[in-house]
Amino acid sequence: MHPLLKLVVQRLVLGLLLLLAVSVVIFLGVEMLPGDTAQAILGQSATPVALANLRAQMGLDQPPWVRYFTWLAHALQGDLGKALTNNKDIAHAIGQRLGNTLFLAVCAAVIAVPLAIGLGLIAARHHGRWPDKLISGVTLAMISLPEFVAAYFVIFLLTQVVHVFQPVSMVFPGMGFFAQLKAVALPMIVLVMVVLAHMMRMTRAAILNVMQSAYIETAELKGLSPMQVIWRHALPNAIAPIISVVVINLAYLVVGVVVVEVVFSYNALGQYLVDHVAKRDLPVVQAVGIIFAAVYIGLNILADLIGIIANPRLRHPK
Amino acid sequence: MPKIGTGDLLEIRNLRIEATAYPPGEKPRHLMLVDDVSVTLAKGRVLGLIGESGAGKSTIGLAAMAYGRGGVRLTGGQVLLNGRDIRTAGTKGLQALRGREVTYVAQSAAAAFNPAKRLMEQVIETTLLHKVLSRFEAEARAVDLFRKLGLPNPESFGRRYPHQVSGGQLQRAMTAMALCPMPDLVIFDEPTTALDVTTQIDVLAAIKEAIHDTGVAAIYITHDLAVVAQVADDIMVLRHGKTVEYGSADQIINTPAEAYTQALVSVRSIDHTEKSSAAPVLRAEGITARYRGTDFDVLKNVTVDVAAGQTLAIVGESGSGKSTLARVITGLLPAGAGTITFAGRVLSPDLASRTKDDLREVQMVYQMADTAMNPRQTVGTIIGRPLEFYFGLKGEAKRARVQALLDEIEMGAGFENRYPAELSGGQKQRVCIARALAAKPKLIICDEVTSALDPLVADGILKLLLDLQAKEGVAYLFITHDLATVKAIADKIAVMYRGEVVRYGQKSDVLAPPFDDYTDLLLSSVPEMKLGWLEGVLKSRKMASAGN
Amino acid sequence: MRIPVSALLGMSITTIFVLIAIFAPWIAPYPIESAVGKVWENPSTTYWLGTDTIGRDILSRLLYGAQVTIFVALVSSLLAFSMGAFFGFLAATRGGWIDMVLSRAVDLMMAVPSLIVALVVLSVLPLNLTVLILVMGILDSTRVFRLSRAVAVDIAVMDYVEAARLRGEKQGWIIFREILPNALSPLVAEFGLRFIFAVLFISTLSFLGLGIQPPLSDWGGMVRENKDGLVYGKAAALMPALAIAVLAISVNLVADWVLQRTSSLKGGRGA
Repeated sequence: MHPLLKLVVQRLVLGLLLLLAVSVVIFLGVEMLPGDTAQAILGQSATPVALANLRAQMGLDQPPWVRYFTWLAHALQGDLGKALTNNKDIAHAIGQRLGNTLFLAVCAAVIAVPLAIGLGLIAARHHGRWPDKLISGVTLAMISLPEFVAAYFVIFLLTQVVHVFQPVSMVFPGMGFFAQLKAVALPMIVLVMVVLAHMMRMTRAAILNVMQSAYIETAELKGLSPMQVIWRHALPNAIAPIISVVVINLAYLVVGVVVVEVVFSYNALGQYLVDHVAKRDLPVVQAVGIIFAAVYIGLNILADLIGIIANPRLRHPK
Repeated sequence: MPKIGTGDLLEIRNLRIEATAYPPGEKPRHLMLVDDVSVTLAKGRVLGLIGESGAGKSTIGLAAMAYGRGGVRLTGGQVLLNGRDIRTAGTKGLQALRGREVTYVAQSAAAAFNPAKRLMEQVIETTLLHKVLSRFEAEARAVDLFRKLGLPNPESFGRRYPHQVSGGQLQRAMTAMALCPMPDLVIFDEPTTALDVTTQIDVLAAIKEAIHDTGVAAIYITHDLAVVAQVADDIMVLRHGKTVEYGSADQIINTPAEAYTQALVSVRSIDHTEKSSAAPVLRAEGITARYRGTDFDVLKNVTVDVAAGQTLAIVGESGSGKSTLARVITGLLPAGAGTITFAGRVLSPDLASRTKDDLREVQMVYQMADTAMNPRQTVGTIIGRPLEFYFGLKGEAKRARVQALLDEIEMGAGFENRYPAELSGGQKQRVCIARALAAKPKLIICDEVTSALDPLVADGILKLLLDLQAKEGVAYLFITHDLATVKAIADKIAVMYRGEVVRYGQKSDVLAPPFDDYTDLLLSSVPEMKLGWLEGVLKSRKMASAGN
Repeated sequence: MRIPVSALLGMSITTIFVLIAIFAPWIAPYPIESAVGKVWENPSTTYWLGTDTIGRDILSRLLYGAQVTIFVALVSSLLAFSMGAFFGFLAATRGGWIDMVLSRAVDLMMAVPSLIVALVVLSVLPLNLTVLILVMGILDSTRVFRLSRAVAVDIAVMDYVEAARLRGEKQGWIIFREILPNALSPLVAEFGLRFIFAVLFISTLSFLGLGIQPPLSDWGGMVRENKDGLVYGKAAALMPALAIAVLAISVNLVADWVLQRTSSLKGGRGA
């Protein structure tokens, strides 16, 4: 087998194992913590008999391993169980909301990625001079803000100071694409801000790293113009780290989206998760948690794979 | 002095180069890198620039392309190339001239090639960019150059990526890249410094022949006067950015006028007569060793001994296993087989089970003094710790002993409270030697202790080591790749090649014919400080191979 | 030694915040829990920053909130730091299976975003200060572990550490005298970053309603209490938000400076 293919397969298998391990932790680790689901549902005043009945009904009297494998087997078939609080099908509820979350995240990514790369290039090109200092300063301030703080600054600015948007984002089934787009504009701007700062700083670092290589000096001494140096020599080497940076930050979007959805009361997966944490509805929390974890792990592995494929040493072994 | 005439290819007049350093957390510092330097270079001639680190030789070389590295500025004088001042050429003018009229060969070709592109693309890039030749012609010329420079499979060589060929081959490929656009001038910036001696001689010969065949002019920058003597017509000696001496190669090598040049020419000529054989203090017998997780032996059945109060030099190129031998003797890498006998007792192969006296009596001095000293400890602490640790010295007694040791390494008072970062390269290495001496060892292992130093500083260290040996009677196991150093310090020599000792004995025996093939190759590859040495070696090698 | 203006500014503001947190009960003009004014009054000479959703003085609540936010962040980052650095150094100097087990465990914990793990865990555990500090501290210690292990591994292969080993020095000397002094600057900078992270983390959790619970209240919680006012143009929610931002940026400025100094080791003296 080509060594490259071997590495890729290894990495994929590793990712699957990691996801499995995470599901074990999320399921069994949580089981080990003090706290009782049956008690949580019935409250402190529940009688022991009622508790025992509920436990038997939910299968809580079985050993954790048995419950884990039962749960895993069902989950693999798309059955995530029923919510404790309203007895509705979790998979169905997630299906309704996943689209909204993806719509928001993809919109944010579509704007943030080119913007981050562009600004990163500008900062790296003018390294140490005022455009770099300005961009770096502003982004340093931005990464110091939690998502919800950034969100409220944006809301106040765009709904109160300048009356451009509605402060609440309602999306509902059957809404037109552009109406939906307008509705998510505000949360999208916030997400872009948050992701942009990290992505841009890492892009800048990746480009600077390449620009300091000896082969860039060689190219300059060959009489290439700055643009030729960048296109012919810097970019082929910088593209892999940049793509890695972008993908890693898309994974970071996963966290940002949770908070931003709550801020804007945007009916999607993050909001669903936070609601059910407050209600202590463990099956929902576990299911949504694993979905977020899977997306995060998947994107990180994608970043690794791009790094492996882009490495000429691995593509053209001795 | 060569005439400052007009019509020469390159004329540098009263060049001044400055820079500003910005150490973090400190005030910016102004530096004068090159001060009032003038050179001329006619078509087809080779000028050697020589000096120790910080002499400004690379800076001058790059100035011939009007290029300054990171914040370096050309602030005075003129650089005339083909009769016009390139300092005023402007961005477009410089782009037209770089890679066309002047090209550059860097010290580390491995870093200077773009890892993501095939060699051929990079070699012919400027030739196409400046429209010197068509792609077809350029590739043909590149293949021709590959052949001339002795690269394997010249037709297909260009299809490889940089990481797929060796360091010596990359250095030749970089030379081909510089010669491909048919420039008037090539700057060679320490092109052979990073190579092993036996590789260096081949690359040096290839470069010299290529310069000769193409009739190109060249500036050859190096810290090694013996190397530059082989290729240069004229030589300029630089120190601290100023010209020390400038003349023909013949004059500089054979009748140097300035004291500094004389010192450079006579460097490595320390006179050391070997001591007669004596009882060994250390005997390593049948040592075989491999690193964990590998499946080949780095050392194969190595047997050597070090006589008390004498020096055994271990000579070899990279990969010969000479540093591994030091790790085995110190116990850092337990041997797979063999025994180490030290001062009449058998040492445990493994560091952890050696006694405190075992540890004290074998000390080590490293190649990079920078990383061998904790940057957060003062010189006093560094030298004082072994005194405290082995002999329980404290307070005034310790302080007095530290001072005595500082005197022994010729550094005197006032260094006790300094940090390593405040010392020069030579001083750092002296402190490391003092730390080793503090333990009152019977044996000091010196691992390439002079390789990172400028030649004159290295000479000082060697003299110090010889003096200390005479005074203290300590034995040295001296590991080096440099035969001149060996001649200066050894009583006994072991030549190592691929994990085996290929030649071993008293210095006078090892360095006298008849030689085995490898020792012969190694000895004959070390550049000598005389003109025409390279031709002589190549000729005798050719005759030898014709005779076989 | 020259301290840049930005770092000086960061240090002063951070110090002021810490002093405010310590002396909150003495400098707060009104009690924390009493509704002293009308709902959502605008800033005035009586209520410098206005009043909140039930008429409490925002400035007073902000000062008390500093206490809670800084205390929780500080304790959890101290916990993260001591745990992470201890295990990181242990893994680096011992190597072998200890390193293997610790590193894989940390990989696993870092494979999922901290916020998601925290949400899952907090859906089971009771919400009180001890639990919050422990959860945040343990989750964050993974990053400190990675950094201190990496730094220590880099230093452990230096010749001077080898020289100490060859001298016969004990493990304690090697860790505390050879490795630690050289690892200190990056670790100090990291502590700043971890503290900021803890501030942001606890604020976010409180904002989501899963952090500090009433009657205690921190800045994140205050944003949550007052967020509805924004629709009516009341800036009450922005005051605690601003406080979080200013504190985080100040500490970041200091950490940034320490980090840059790290690259120039000069035996600890500003030459």
